[in-house]
Amino acid sequence: MDMIIKVLTANALVTAFAVIGIVMWLSNQLSAKLTMGRVHGSAIAIVIGLALAFWGGIETGGHKGLADLPMLAGIGLMGGAMLRDFAIVATACEVDVEQAKKAGLIGIVALLLGTILPFIVGALVASAFGYTDAVSMTTIGAGAVTYIVGPVTGAAIGASSPVIALSIATGVFKAVMVMVGTPLVAGLIGLNNPRSAMVFGGLMGTVSGVSGGLAATDRRLVPYGALTATFHTGLGCLVAPSILYLIVRAIVGG
Amino acid sequence: MIAGVALLAICTLIGQLLGEGLGLLLGVQANVGGVGIAMILLIAARMWIKTRGRYDEGLSRGIGFWAALYIPIVVAMAAQQDVVAAVEGGPIVLIAGVGALLLCFSAVALISRLSGKAETMDEIEAREAREAEIAIHPATHALQR
Repeated sequence: MDMIIKVLTANALVTAFAVIGIVMWLSNQLSAKLTMGRVHGSAIAIVIGLALAFWGGIETGGHKGLADLPMLAGIGLMGGAMLRDFAIVATACEVDVEQAKKAGLIGIVALLLGTILPFIVGALVASAFGYTDAVSMTTIGAGAVTYIVGPVTGAAIGASSPVIALSIATGVFKAVMVMVGTPLVAGLIGLNNPRSAMVFGGLMGTVSGVSGGLAATDRRLVPYGALTATFHTGLGCLVAPSILYLIVRAIVGG
Repeated sequence: MIAGVALLAICTLIGQLLGEGLGLLLGVQANVGGVGIAMILLIAARMWIKTRGRYDEGLSRGIGFWAALYIPIVVAMAAQQDVVAAVEGGPIVLIAGVGALLLCFSAVALISRLSGKAETMDEIEAREAREAEIAIHPATHALQR
């Protein structure tokens, strides 16, 4: 047993390939046999991934889900920002330039709405729960944009640690809901063409939520959504601690 | 094949670099659009190489491999989220998260409706298949007409 653990730990990334491969295979089987292909295999795989992350978090008390188990640390590398961005860029070779051009202006509108709408919701909910100062409202509002915008904003305007933690949790929860919920509402919101995928990417933000959700809906839409989503976090980090904070402070004072 | 992977890597690195620079320029502590810039670079590079007739099987396989690994990578990403914290966050997290989500979903639906009907992915592929067919067998199509 010790020997097995030693080999798996020493080859962390290879272990991750094997584990994720098994999860993918299992998900595809479940998709075909249990749902007759109605629920995508990738959607099931992502839900299994999240469930495993929950289990890993309970088991180790850490913050990186399954990747906190030494044997499965390779999952952290495989699903980390470096390889994720590398693979997303690779999907650009599937982008149809003509389609992307058509969505240019509407993508920008979606990006702006995608920053302002969640921010308003987050800030209002925060004030409803007693976080009525401008700094806390802005930080939690920024967390509702994405879980990166939240802490960046909180750090910039001097929010307290629990408030920053809340803003991260809000963003992570939103990202998780986007991953799970997108395939369910895809038909309802007309998510079957490149243009709506770009609008979706701009509005939903979080590259992880968007790419996961679109991957589970229709693999071919991923590059279009990622193209706009990638500007979302940057835009949020730009406007949340500056313009949006000033507006909130002007409204609630101090 | 390594040429494709290298091209992908170079585009990614330049994109990240420009994204960092843009962040610095705007006074933001984040990478602004690095991945998006990299994607645009890769699309441009591919078009440029294609016009020179150098876009070969190896190049496309090197990029295609990583594009195909994308979903497994997303699954690995899901498996390392702090799901426990998200669940423990309580009602404020739940309400703010779901509220923001529903509002954004409706906005997507609204914008999609308002901007008129777009060609779906299935329709695009069907049309491209037809066009490819005509390009390969122009004679038979002319006869059929």
